[in-house]
Amino acid sequence: MAEAPTAEKPQEKTQKPIVPFLRIPADGGKPYLQGSRCKDCGATYLGGRMACSKCFSTEPMEDIKLSDKGELHVFSIVHQSAPGVPTPYVAAIVDLPEGVSVRCNIAGVEPDPQNLKFGMPVQMTTETIRTDREGNDVVAFSFRPA
Amino acid sequence: MRDVAVIGVGMIKFGRYPEKTVPELAAQAILLALKDAGATMKDIELMTSGNLYQSNAMIGQRILQVIGQTGIPIINVANACATGSTAFREAYMSVASGAYDMALAVGSEQMGKMGLLGGGGGGGDPAYSTEGVLGSGLMPAVFGMAGVEHMRKYGTTQEQFAKVSVKNHKHSMHNPYSQYQTEVGLEDVLNARVVSWPNTLYMCCPTGDGAAAAIVCSMDKARQFTTKPIRIAASVLTSDPWTQRDLTMPDINTLTRNAAKEAYEKAGITPEDLDLIELHDCFATAEILHYENLGICGEGEAGRMIDEGATTVGGKIPVNASGGLLSKGHPLGATGVANVCEVVWHLRGEAGNRQVEGAKVGLAHVIGLGSACTIQVLEK
Ligand SMILES: [Zn+2]
Repeated sequence: MAEAPTAEKPQEKTQKPIVPFLRIPADGGKPYLQGSRCKDCGATYLGGRMACSKCFSTEPMEDIKLSDKGELHVFSIVHQSAPGVPTPYVAAIVDLPEGVSVRCNIAGVEPDPQNLKFGMPVQMTTETIRTDREGNDVVAFSFRPA
Repeated sequence: MRDVAVIGVGMIKFGRYPEKTVPELAAQAILLALKDAGATMKDIELMTSGNLYQSNAMIGQRILQVIGQTGIPIINVANACATGSTAFREAYMSVASGAYDMALAVGSEQMGKMGLLGGGGGGGDPAYSTEGVLGSGLMPAVFGMAGVEHMRKYGTTQEQFAKVSVKNHKHSMHNPYSQYQTEVGLEDVLNARVVSWPNTLYMCCPTGDGAAAAIVCSMDKARQFTTKPIRIAASVLTSDPWTQRDLTMPDINTLTRNAAKEAYEKAGITPEDLDLIELHDCFATAEILHYENLGICGEGEAGRMIDEGATTVGGKIPVNASGGLLSKGHPLGATGVANVCEVVWHLRGEAGNRQVEGAKVGLAHVIGLGSACTIQVLEK
Protein backbone atom coordinates (compact mmCIF):
# COMPACT_ATOMS: atom_id res chain seq x y z
CA MET A 1 0.00 0.00 0.00
CA ALA A 2 3.04 2.26 -0.08
CA GLU A 3 2.24 4.89 -2.68
CA ALA A 4 3.93 8.17 -3.42
CA PRO A 5 2.38 10.86 -1.25
CA THR A 6 0.23 13.38 -3.09
CA ALA A 7 -0.99 16.79 -2.11
CA GLU A 8 -4.52 15.61 -1.44
CA LYS A 9 -4.79 11.97 -0.56
CA PRO A 10 -7.68 10.33 -2.48
CA GLN A 11 -9.98 7.84 -0.75
CA GLU A 12 -7.97 4.66 -1.01
CA LYS A 13 -9.64 1.60 -2.44
CA THR A 14 -8.78 -1.56 -0.56
CA GLN A 15 -9.12 -5.26 -0.99
CA LYS A 16 -11.82 -6.75 1.20
CA PRO A 17 -12.35 -10.45 1.79
CA ILE A 18 -15.79 -11.90 1.01
CA VAL A 19 -15.82 -13.61 4.41
CA PRO A 20 -13.99 -12.63 7.59
CA PHE A 21 -11.98 -15.87 7.78
CA LEU A 22 -10.27 -15.14 4.47
CA ARG A 23 -7.24 -13.11 5.54
CA ILE A 24 -5.42 -10.79 3.15
CA PRO A 25 -2.03 -9.84 4.63
CA ALA A 26 -1.38 -6.10 4.56
CA ASP A 27 2.21 -6.73 3.42
CA GLY A 28 1.02 -8.19 0.11
CA GLY A 29 1.56 -11.78 1.23
CA LYS A 30 -0.56 -14.64 -0.04
CA PRO A 31 -4.14 -14.66 1.27
CA TYR A 32 -5.00 -17.58 3.53
CA LEU A 33 -7.88 -19.08 5.49
CA GLN A 34 -7.82 -18.40 9.20
CA GLY A 35 -8.88 -20.99 11.72
CA SER A 36 -8.94 -21.46 15.44
CA ARG A 37 -8.06 -24.46 17.53
CA CYS A 38 -9.40 -25.34 20.96
CA LYS A 39 -6.49 -25.57 23.38
CA ASP A 40 -8.36 -28.12 25.48
CA CYS A 41 -9.70 -30.70 23.01
CA GLY A 42 -7.97 -29.80 19.74
CA ALA A 43 -11.19 -29.25 17.77
CA THR A 44 -10.38 -26.96 14.87
CA TYR A 45 -12.72 -24.42 13.34
CA LEU A 46 -12.89 -22.30 10.24
CA GLY A 47 -12.88 -18.74 11.56
CA GLY A 48 -13.31 -17.84 15.22
CA ARG A 49 -15.59 -19.11 17.98
CA MET A 50 -16.84 -17.67 21.27
CA ALA A 51 -16.27 -21.06 22.90
CA CYS A 52 -15.57 -24.59 21.75
CA SER A 53 -18.79 -26.21 20.49
CA LYS A 54 -17.27 -29.65 20.98
CA CYS A 55 -15.99 -29.45 24.58
CA PHE A 56 -17.46 -26.06 25.66
CA SER A 57 -14.07 -24.72 26.76
CA THR A 58 -14.15 -20.95 27.08
CA GLU A 59 -10.37 -20.57 27.03
CA PRO A 60 -9.18 -18.31 24.19
CA MET A 61 -8.48 -20.40 21.11
CA GLU A 62 -5.24 -20.68 19.24
CA ASP A 63 -5.32 -18.66 16.02
CA ILE A 64 -4.01 -20.76 13.15
CA LYS A 65 -3.19 -20.26 9.50
CA LEU A 66 -4.88 -23.05 7.54
CA SER A 67 -3.21 -24.91 4.71
CA ASP A 68 -4.02 -23.86 1.16
CA LYS A 69 -3.95 -27.48 0.02
CA GLY A 70 -6.72 -29.97 0.69
CA GLU A 71 -8.74 -32.87 -0.63
CA LEU A 72 -12.14 -32.94 -2.28
CA HIS A 73 -14.60 -34.57 0.09
CA VAL A 74 -17.93 -34.27 -1.77
CA PHE A 75 -19.51 -32.05 -4.41
CA SER A 76 -22.68 -31.27 -6.29
CA ILE A 77 -23.17 -29.70 -9.69
CA VAL A 78 -25.56 -26.82 -9.13
CA HIS A 79 -27.77 -26.06 -12.13
CA GLN A 80 -30.37 -23.93 -10.35
CA SER A 81 -29.49 -21.32 -7.76
CA ALA A 82 -30.57 -17.96 -6.39
CA PRO A 83 -31.55 -15.25 -8.89
CA GLY A 84 -28.50 -13.70 -10.52
CA VAL A 85 -26.10 -16.51 -9.63
CA PRO A 86 -24.48 -17.92 -12.79
CA THR A 87 -24.90 -21.71 -13.19
CA PRO A 88 -23.81 -24.43 -13.54
CA TYR A 89 -21.02 -24.54 -11.00
CA VAL A 90 -19.36 -27.07 -8.76
CA ALA A 91 -20.29 -26.68 -5.09
CA ALA A 92 -18.01 -28.68 -2.85
CA ILE A 93 -16.69 -29.49 0.57
CA VAL A 94 -12.90 -29.58 0.82
CA ASP A 95 -11.07 -31.11 3.77
CA LEU A 96 -7.90 -29.41 4.97
CA PRO A 97 -5.10 -31.27 6.78
CA GLU A 98 -5.79 -29.34 10.00
CA GLY A 99 -9.12 -31.21 10.34
CA VAL A 100 -11.26 -28.37 9.04
CA SER A 101 -13.67 -28.62 6.14
CA VAL A 102 -14.47 -25.69 3.88
CA ARG A 103 -17.51 -25.00 1.74
CA CYS A 104 -16.34 -23.72 -1.62
CA ASN A 105 -16.52 -23.83 -5.40
CA ILE A 106 -14.20 -25.99 -7.46
CA ALA A 107 -12.84 -23.85 -10.29
CA GLY A 108 -10.76 -24.88 -13.26
CA VAL A 109 -12.87 -27.91 -14.25
CA GLU A 110 -15.91 -28.30 -16.46
CA PRO A 111 -18.89 -28.77 -14.11
CA ASP A 112 -19.41 -32.46 -14.82
CA PRO A 113 -19.35 -35.24 -12.20
CA GLN A 114 -16.86 -37.18 -14.32
CA ASN A 115 -14.22 -34.53 -13.76
CA LEU A 116 -14.39 -34.75 -9.99
CA LYS A 117 -12.81 -37.55 -7.98
CA PHE A 118 -13.29 -38.17 -4.29
CA GLY A 119 -10.11 -37.33 -2.44
CA MET A 120 -8.50 -35.51 -5.33
CA PRO A 121 -5.92 -32.91 -4.27
CA VAL A 122 -7.00 -29.30 -4.62
CA GLN A 123 -5.32 -25.98 -4.03
CA MET A 124 -6.78 -22.66 -2.94
CA THR A 125 -6.57 -19.57 -5.11
CA THR A 126 -8.05 -16.13 -4.68
CA GLU A 127 -9.32 -13.53 -7.08
CA THR A 128 -11.19 -10.24 -7.16
CA ILE A 129 -14.76 -11.08 -8.09
CA ARG A 130 -16.49 -7.69 -7.97
CA THR A 131 -16.47 -4.32 -6.27
CA ASP A 132 -18.66 -3.31 -3.37
CA ARG A 133 -20.78 -0.14 -2.95
CA GLU A 134 -17.76 1.80 -1.76
CA GLY A 135 -15.64 0.70 -4.69
CA ASN A 136 -13.48 -1.76 -2.75
CA ASP A 137 -12.32 -4.94 -4.46
CA VAL A 138 -14.13 -7.99 -3.08
CA VAL A 139 -11.76 -10.94 -2.89
CA ALA A 140 -13.05 -14.53 -2.86
CA PHE A 141 -11.34 -17.89 -2.72
CA SER A 142 -11.93 -21.10 -4.61
CA PHE A 143 -10.16 -24.41 -4.95
CA ARG A 144 -8.91 -25.97 -8.15
CA PRO A 145 -7.27 -29.29 -9.00
CA ALA A 146 -3.69 -29.20 -7.71
CA MET B 1 -45.43 -37.68 31.81
CA ARG B 2 -48.85 -39.19 31.16
CA ASP B 3 -50.28 -40.97 28.11
CA VAL B 4 -51.49 -38.71 25.31
CA ALA B 5 -53.53 -39.60 22.23
CA VAL B 6 -54.27 -38.03 18.89
CA ILE B 7 -58.06 -37.90 18.66
CA GLY B 8 -58.59 -35.83 15.54
CA VAL B 9 -56.69 -34.93 12.38
CA GLY B 10 -57.41 -32.92 9.28
CA MET B 11 -55.59 -31.47 6.32
CA ILE B 12 -56.33 -29.78 3.05
CA LYS B 13 -54.97 -30.98 -0.27
CA PHE B 14 -51.57 -29.39 -0.70
CA GLY B 15 -51.31 -27.14 -3.75
CA ARG B 16 -51.49 -23.51 -4.71
CA TYR B 17 -54.16 -21.28 -3.23
CA PRO B 18 -53.20 -17.72 -4.18
CA GLU B 19 -56.78 -16.52 -3.62
CA LYS B 20 -56.83 -17.70 0.02
CA THR B 21 -55.19 -16.22 3.10
CA VAL B 22 -53.04 -18.34 5.41
CA PRO B 23 -55.59 -18.08 8.26
CA GLU B 24 -58.25 -19.40 5.87
CA LEU B 25 -56.10 -22.38 4.87
CA ALA B 26 -55.23 -23.18 8.49
CA ALA B 27 -58.83 -22.73 9.63
CA GLN B 28 -60.05 -25.30 7.10
CA ALA B 29 -57.63 -27.87 8.47
CA ILE B 30 -58.57 -27.09 12.08
CA LEU B 31 -62.29 -27.41 11.37
CA LEU B 32 -61.67 -30.80 9.73
CA ALA B 33 -59.64 -31.97 12.74
CA LEU B 34 -62.27 -30.74 15.21
CA LYS B 35 -65.01 -32.51 13.27
CA ASP B 36 -62.89 -35.66 13.14
CA ALA B 37 -62.52 -35.52 16.94
CA GLY B 38 -66.12 -34.62 17.57
CA ALA B 39 -64.91 -31.54 19.44
CA THR B 40 -65.27 -27.77 19.15
CA MET B 41 -62.95 -24.84 19.82
CA LYS B 42 -64.50 -24.66 23.31
CA ASP B 43 -62.78 -27.96 24.15
CA ILE B 44 -59.33 -26.71 23.14
CA GLU B 45 -57.21 -25.40 26.02
CA LEU B 46 -54.02 -24.48 24.14
CA MET B 47 -52.97 -24.05 20.52
CA THR B 48 -49.57 -24.31 18.90
CA SER B 49 -49.23 -22.86 15.42
CA GLY B 50 -46.37 -23.85 13.13
CA ASN B 51 -45.67 -21.42 10.30
CA LEU B 52 -42.21 -20.48 9.12
CA TYR B 53 -42.80 -17.25 7.25
CA GLN B 54 -45.51 -15.65 9.39
CA SER B 55 -44.63 -16.64 12.93
CA ASN B 56 -43.30 -13.13 13.45
CA ALA B 57 -46.76 -11.80 12.59
CA MET B 58 -48.95 -13.58 15.15
CA ILE B 59 -50.30 -16.04 12.63
CA GLY B 60 -51.75 -18.32 15.33
CA GLN B 61 -53.89 -15.51 16.74
CA ARG B 62 -55.02 -14.51 13.25
CA ILE B 63 -56.10 -18.09 12.59
CA LEU B 64 -58.33 -18.11 15.67
CA GLN B 65 -59.80 -14.76 14.66
CA VAL B 66 -61.31 -16.69 11.73
CA ILE B 67 -62.79 -19.58 13.70
CA GLY B 68 -63.15 -18.72 17.34
CA GLN B 69 -61.35 -16.59 19.91
CA THR B 70 -61.55 -18.35 23.24
CA GLY B 71 -58.64 -16.54 24.84
CA ILE B 72 -56.48 -19.66 25.16
CA PRO B 73 -52.68 -19.54 25.12
CA ILE B 74 -51.28 -19.61 21.58
CA ILE B 75 -47.66 -20.45 20.83
CA ASN B 76 -46.25 -19.43 17.46
CA VAL B 77 -43.54 -21.84 16.38
CA ALA B 78 -40.78 -21.54 13.76
CA ASN B 79 -38.14 -24.27 13.37
CA ALA B 80 -37.25 -24.47 9.66
CA CYS B 81 -38.79 -27.51 7.95
CA ALA B 82 -39.44 -28.99 11.41
CA THR B 83 -41.79 -26.10 12.22
CA GLY B 84 -45.06 -28.06 12.09
CA SER B 85 -43.66 -31.11 13.84
CA THR B 86 -42.19 -28.94 16.60
CA ALA B 87 -45.61 -27.34 17.04
CA PHE B 88 -47.12 -30.82 17.32
CA ARG B 89 -44.55 -31.77 19.91
CA GLU B 90 -45.25 -28.63 21.96
CA ALA B 91 -48.96 -29.49 21.99
CA TYR B 92 -48.08 -33.03 23.06
CA MET B 93 -45.76 -31.77 25.82
CA SER B 94 -48.38 -29.40 27.21
CA VAL B 95 -50.82 -32.32 27.63
CA ALA B 96 -48.27 -34.96 28.66
CA SER B 97 -47.08 -32.65 31.44
CA GLY B 98 -50.58 -32.55 32.88
CA ALA B 99 -50.89 -28.79 32.44
CA TYR B 100 -53.71 -29.13 29.89
CA ASP B 101 -56.09 -31.91 28.87
CA MET B 102 -56.60 -31.03 25.23
CA ALA B 103 -54.48 -29.08 22.77
CA LEU B 104 -54.52 -28.27 19.08
CA ALA B 105 -51.51 -28.22 16.78
CA VAL B 106 -51.87 -26.56 13.41
CA GLY B 107 -49.27 -26.21 10.69
CA SER B 108 -49.68 -23.90 7.72
CA GLU B 109 -47.68 -22.24 4.98
CA GLN B 110 -48.26 -20.30 1.82
CA MET B 111 -45.16 -20.45 -0.33
CA GLY B 112 -46.62 -19.82 -3.77
CA LYS B 113 -43.82 -20.33 -6.24
CA MET B 114 -41.03 -18.88 -4.11
CA GLY B 115 -39.21 -22.16 -4.25
CA LEU B 116 -36.80 -23.66 -1.82
CA LEU B 117 -34.42 -21.06 -3.10
CA GLY B 118 -36.29 -18.39 -1.19
CA GLY B 119 -35.00 -17.01 2.07
CA GLY B 120 -31.43 -15.95 2.68
CA GLY B 121 -30.74 -12.36 1.78
CA GLY B 122 -30.81 -9.95 4.68
CA GLY B 123 -29.20 -6.57 4.89
CA GLY B 124 -25.70 -5.54 3.92
CA ASP B 125 -23.86 -5.07 0.67
CA PRO B 126 -24.90 -7.66 -1.95
CA ALA B 127 -21.30 -7.71 -3.18
CA TYR B 128 -20.54 -9.94 -0.19
CA SER B 129 -23.08 -12.62 -1.07
CA THR B 130 -21.30 -15.96 -1.07
CA GLU B 131 -23.91 -17.98 -2.95
CA GLY B 132 -22.33 -19.61 -5.97
CA VAL B 133 -18.98 -18.07 -5.07
CA LEU B 134 -18.15 -20.13 -1.99
CA GLY B 135 -20.21 -23.18 -2.90
CA SER B 136 -23.86 -23.18 -1.92
CA GLY B 137 -25.83 -23.11 1.31
CA LEU B 138 -29.10 -23.63 -0.53
CA MET B 139 -31.01 -26.81 0.15
CA PRO B 140 -30.70 -28.42 -3.31
CA ALA B 141 -26.91 -28.32 -3.12
CA VAL B 142 -26.79 -29.33 0.54
CA PHE B 143 -28.88 -32.44 -0.11
CA GLY B 144 -27.06 -33.08 -3.38
CA MET B 145 -23.77 -33.22 -1.47
CA ALA B 146 -25.30 -35.35 1.29
CA GLY B 147 -26.28 -37.87 -1.38
CA VAL B 148 -22.85 -37.71 -2.97
CA GLU B 149 -21.34 -38.48 0.42
CA HIS B 150 -23.41 -41.69 0.48
CA MET B 151 -22.16 -42.47 -3.03
CA ARG B 152 -18.62 -41.96 -1.81
CA LYS B 153 -19.07 -44.23 1.23
CA TYR B 154 -21.11 -47.04 -0.29
CA GLY B 155 -21.12 -46.70 -4.07
CA THR B 156 -24.79 -45.71 -4.15
CA THR B 157 -25.85 -44.69 -7.66
CA GLN B 158 -27.89 -41.83 -9.07
CA GLU B 159 -30.30 -44.48 -10.36
CA GLN B 160 -30.93 -45.75 -6.83
CA PHE B 161 -31.71 -42.23 -5.64
CA ALA B 162 -34.00 -41.81 -8.66
CA LYS B 163 -35.94 -44.94 -7.67
CA VAL B 164 -37.08 -43.11 -4.52
CA SER B 165 -38.80 -40.57 -6.74
CA VAL B 166 -40.42 -43.31 -8.85
CA LYS B 167 -41.73 -45.06 -5.73
CA ASN B 168 -43.09 -41.95 -4.03
CA HIS B 169 -44.76 -40.67 -7.17
CA LYS B 170 -46.39 -44.08 -7.57
CA HIS B 171 -47.69 -43.92 -4.00
CA SER B 172 -49.12 -40.44 -4.57
CA MET B 173 -51.55 -41.79 -7.17
CA HIS B 174 -53.70 -43.00 -4.27
CA ASN B 175 -53.47 -39.91 -2.08
CA PRO B 176 -56.15 -37.28 -2.73
CA TYR B 177 -54.26 -34.83 -0.47
CA SER B 178 -51.15 -34.92 -2.63
CA GLN B 179 -50.17 -31.80 -4.58
CA TYR B 180 -49.11 -33.99 -7.51
CA GLN B 181 -50.65 -37.35 -8.34
CA THR B 182 -48.55 -38.23 -11.33
CA GLU B 183 -46.67 -41.41 -12.02
CA VAL B 184 -43.12 -41.01 -13.37
CA GLY B 185 -40.82 -43.67 -14.81
CA LEU B 186 -37.16 -44.15 -13.97
CA GLU B 187 -36.09 -42.75 -17.34
CA ASP B 188 -38.34 -39.71 -16.85
CA VAL B 189 -36.64 -39.01 -13.53
CA LEU B 190 -33.10 -39.52 -14.81
CA ASN B 191 -33.70 -37.48 -17.96
CA ALA B 192 -35.37 -34.55 -16.22
CA ARG B 193 -33.29 -31.39 -15.90
CA VAL B 194 -30.70 -31.44 -13.17
CA VAL B 195 -31.37 -29.12 -10.24
CA SER B 196 -28.31 -30.01 -8.18
CA TRP B 197 -26.59 -33.23 -9.18
CA PRO B 198 -27.45 -36.00 -8.49
CA ASN B 199 -30.98 -34.68 -7.90
CA THR B 200 -33.08 -33.91 -10.97
CA LEU B 201 -36.35 -31.98 -10.97
CA TYR B 202 -38.47 -35.01 -10.00
CA MET B 203 -36.09 -35.74 -7.14
CA CYS B 204 -36.83 -32.38 -5.48
CA CYS B 205 -40.03 -31.65 -3.56
CA PRO B 206 -42.31 -29.01 -5.02
CA THR B 207 -43.20 -25.89 -3.08
CA GLY B 208 -46.77 -24.87 -2.44
CA ASP B 209 -49.43 -24.01 0.07
CA GLY B 210 -51.09 -26.20 2.66
CA ALA B 211 -52.36 -26.71 6.16
CA ALA B 212 -52.84 -29.61 8.55
CA ALA B 213 -54.11 -29.91 12.12
CA ALA B 214 -54.11 -32.47 14.91
CA ILE B 215 -55.91 -32.57 18.24
CA VAL B 216 -54.12 -34.20 21.15
CA CYS B 217 -55.80 -35.21 24.37
CA SER B 218 -54.95 -37.01 27.58
CA MET B 219 -55.63 -40.73 27.18
CA ASP B 220 -58.02 -40.59 30.16
CA LYS B 221 -60.23 -38.08 28.42
CA ALA B 222 -59.74 -39.39 24.87
CA ARG B 223 -62.33 -42.14 25.28
CA GLN B 224 -65.03 -39.49 25.66
CA PHE B 225 -64.37 -38.47 22.07
CA THR B 226 -63.27 -41.52 20.12
CA THR B 227 -63.11 -45.28 20.08
CA LYS B 228 -59.87 -45.11 18.10
CA PRO B 229 -57.39 -43.00 20.08
CA ILE B 230 -53.90 -43.11 18.59
CA ARG B 231 -51.30 -43.12 21.35
CA ILE B 232 -48.23 -40.91 21.04
CA ALA B 233 -45.59 -43.41 22.14
CA ALA B 234 -42.71 -40.97 21.67
CA SER B 235 -42.24 -37.37 20.57
CA VAL B 236 -38.63 -36.33 20.24
CA LEU B 237 -36.81 -33.17 19.17
CA THR B 238 -33.06 -32.91 18.67
CA SER B 239 -30.63 -30.29 17.36
CA ASP B 240 -27.28 -30.80 15.68
CA PRO B 241 -24.53 -31.89 18.04
CA TRP B 242 -20.89 -31.08 17.27
CA THR B 243 -19.56 -33.16 14.41
CA GLN B 244 -16.45 -32.56 12.38
CA ARG B 245 -18.07 -31.08 9.27
CA ASP B 246 -21.39 -29.91 10.65
CA LEU B 247 -20.74 -26.20 10.30
CA THR B 248 -19.83 -26.34 6.64
CA MET B 249 -21.87 -29.36 5.60
CA PRO B 250 -25.02 -29.71 7.73
CA ASP B 251 -24.90 -33.18 9.23
CA ILE B 252 -28.40 -34.45 8.53
CA ASN B 253 -27.48 -37.93 9.71
CA THR B 254 -26.32 -37.55 13.29
CA LEU B 255 -29.28 -35.61 14.62
CA THR B 256 -31.71 -38.06 12.99
CA ARG B 257 -29.82 -40.99 14.51
CA ASN B 258 -29.92 -39.35 17.92
CA ALA B 259 -33.63 -38.67 17.59
CA ALA B 260 -34.35 -42.24 16.42
CA LYS B 261 -32.43 -43.78 19.29
CA GLU B 262 -34.30 -41.66 21.82
CA ALA B 263 -37.67 -42.31 20.16
CA TYR B 264 -37.22 -46.09 20.07
CA GLU B 265 -36.15 -46.09 23.71
CA LYS B 266 -39.10 -43.97 24.81
CA ALA B 267 -41.59 -46.02 22.79
CA GLY B 268 -39.99 -49.28 23.92
CA ILE B 269 -39.72 -50.56 20.35
CA THR B 270 -37.10 -51.42 17.75
CA PRO B 271 -37.18 -50.44 14.07
CA GLU B 272 -38.48 -53.96 13.31
CA ASP B 273 -41.70 -53.10 15.14
CA LEU B 274 -42.60 -50.30 12.69
CA ASP B 275 -45.33 -50.93 10.14
CA LEU B 276 -44.93 -47.68 8.21
CA ILE B 277 -42.77 -44.57 8.08
CA GLU B 278 -43.39 -41.07 6.80
CA LEU B 279 -39.94 -39.52 6.52
CA HIS B 280 -38.50 -36.26 5.28
CA ASP B 281 -37.81 -36.85 1.58
CA CYS B 282 -37.31 -33.19 0.70
CA PHE B 283 -34.91 -34.57 -1.90
CA ALA B 284 -34.66 -38.15 -3.15
CA THR B 285 -31.12 -38.42 -1.80
CA ALA B 286 -32.36 -37.71 1.75
CA GLU B 287 -34.73 -40.68 1.82
CA ILE B 288 -31.91 -43.14 1.16
CA LEU B 289 -29.80 -41.72 4.00
CA HIS B 290 -32.71 -41.89 6.43
CA TYR B 291 -33.27 -45.64 5.88
CA GLU B 292 -29.95 -46.12 7.64
CA ASN B 293 -30.43 -43.21 10.04
CA LEU B 294 -33.73 -44.68 11.24
CA GLY B 295 -32.20 -48.13 11.47
CA ILE B 296 -34.58 -49.93 9.09
CA CYS B 297 -31.53 -51.37 7.34
CA GLY B 298 -27.85 -51.76 8.07
CA GLU B 299 -25.07 -49.33 7.13
CA GLY B 300 -24.65 -49.11 3.37
CA GLU B 301 -27.73 -51.24 2.67
CA ALA B 302 -30.17 -48.46 1.77
CA GLY B 303 -29.43 -48.64 -1.95
CA ARG B 304 -30.23 -52.33 -1.98
CA MET B 305 -33.38 -51.68 0.01
CA ILE B 306 -34.81 -49.39 -2.65
CA ASP B 307 -33.71 -51.82 -5.39
CA GLU B 308 -35.63 -54.63 -3.70
CA GLY B 309 -38.81 -52.60 -3.27
CA ALA B 310 -38.80 -53.13 0.48
CA THR B 311 -40.09 -49.61 1.11
CA THR B 312 -42.95 -49.69 -1.39
CA VAL B 313 -46.49 -50.18 -0.04
CA GLY B 314 -46.83 -53.96 0.09
CA GLY B 315 -43.13 -54.31 0.90
CA LYS B 316 -41.40 -55.06 4.19
CA ILE B 317 -41.56 -51.52 5.60
CA PRO B 318 -43.50 -49.00 3.49
CA VAL B 319 -41.96 -45.54 3.45
CA ASN B 320 -43.91 -42.45 2.41
CA ALA B 321 -47.15 -44.16 1.44
CA SER B 322 -48.54 -40.62 1.13
CA GLY B 323 -46.29 -39.90 -1.83
CA GLY B 324 -43.81 -38.17 0.44
CA LEU B 325 -42.74 -34.58 0.16
CA LEU B 326 -41.65 -35.35 -3.39
CA SER B 327 -45.29 -35.67 -4.52
CA LYS B 328 -47.45 -34.53 -1.65
CA GLY B 329 -45.63 -31.21 -1.44
CA HIS B 330 -43.76 -29.42 1.32
CA PRO B 331 -45.50 -26.29 2.61
CA LEU B 332 -42.89 -25.92 5.35
CA GLY B 333 -45.01 -25.25 8.43
CA ALA B 334 -47.70 -27.77 7.43
CA THR B 335 -45.43 -30.71 6.63
CA GLY B 336 -44.78 -32.02 10.13
CA VAL B 337 -48.45 -32.03 11.11
CA ALA B 338 -49.48 -33.54 7.76
CA ASN B 339 -47.25 -36.56 8.21
CA VAL B 340 -48.84 -37.15 11.64
CA CYS B 341 -52.25 -37.06 9.89
CA GLU B 342 -51.05 -39.65 7.38
CA VAL B 343 -49.75 -42.06 10.03
CA VAL B 344 -52.97 -41.66 12.05
CA TRP B 345 -55.10 -42.54 9.03
CA HIS B 346 -53.10 -45.71 8.42
CA LEU B 347 -53.29 -46.78 12.07
CA ARG B 348 -57.05 -46.29 12.02
CA GLY B 349 -57.36 -48.18 8.72
CA GLU B 350 -58.71 -45.08 6.96
CA ALA B 351 -56.02 -44.53 4.30
CA GLY B 352 -58.05 -45.77 1.34
CA ASN B 353 -56.21 -47.32 -1.58
CA ARG B 354 -52.80 -46.53 -0.11
CA GLN B 355 -53.59 -48.26 3.20
CA VAL B 356 -50.74 -50.20 4.78
CA GLU B 357 -52.69 -53.26 5.85
CA GLY B 358 -52.77 -54.05 9.55
CA ALA B 359 -50.57 -51.11 10.55
CA LYS B 360 -50.20 -50.87 14.33
CA VAL B 361 -47.08 -48.69 14.82
CA GLY B 362 -45.99 -45.78 12.63
CA LEU B 363 -43.21 -43.22 12.67
CA ALA B 364 -43.23 -39.64 11.40
CA HIS B 365 -39.85 -37.97 10.85
CA VAL B 366 -38.98 -34.39 9.90
CA ILE B 367 -35.69 -32.61 9.60
CA GLY B 368 -35.18 -28.87 9.42
CA LEU B 369 -31.78 -27.51 8.54
CA GLY B 370 -29.78 -25.50 10.77
CA SER B 371 -30.66 -28.11 12.31
CA ALA B 372 -33.71 -29.65 14.02
CA CYS B 373 -35.08 -33.18 13.86
CA THR B 374 -38.39 -34.46 15.18
CA ILE B 375 -39.63 -38.02 15.41
CA GLN B 376 -43.11 -38.99 16.53
CA VAL B 377 -43.94 -42.65 17.14
CA LEU B 378 -47.66 -43.36 17.03
CA GLU B 379 -49.41 -46.55 18.13
CA LYS B 380 -52.85 -47.97 17.63
ZN1 LIG C 1 -12.71 -27.99 22.76
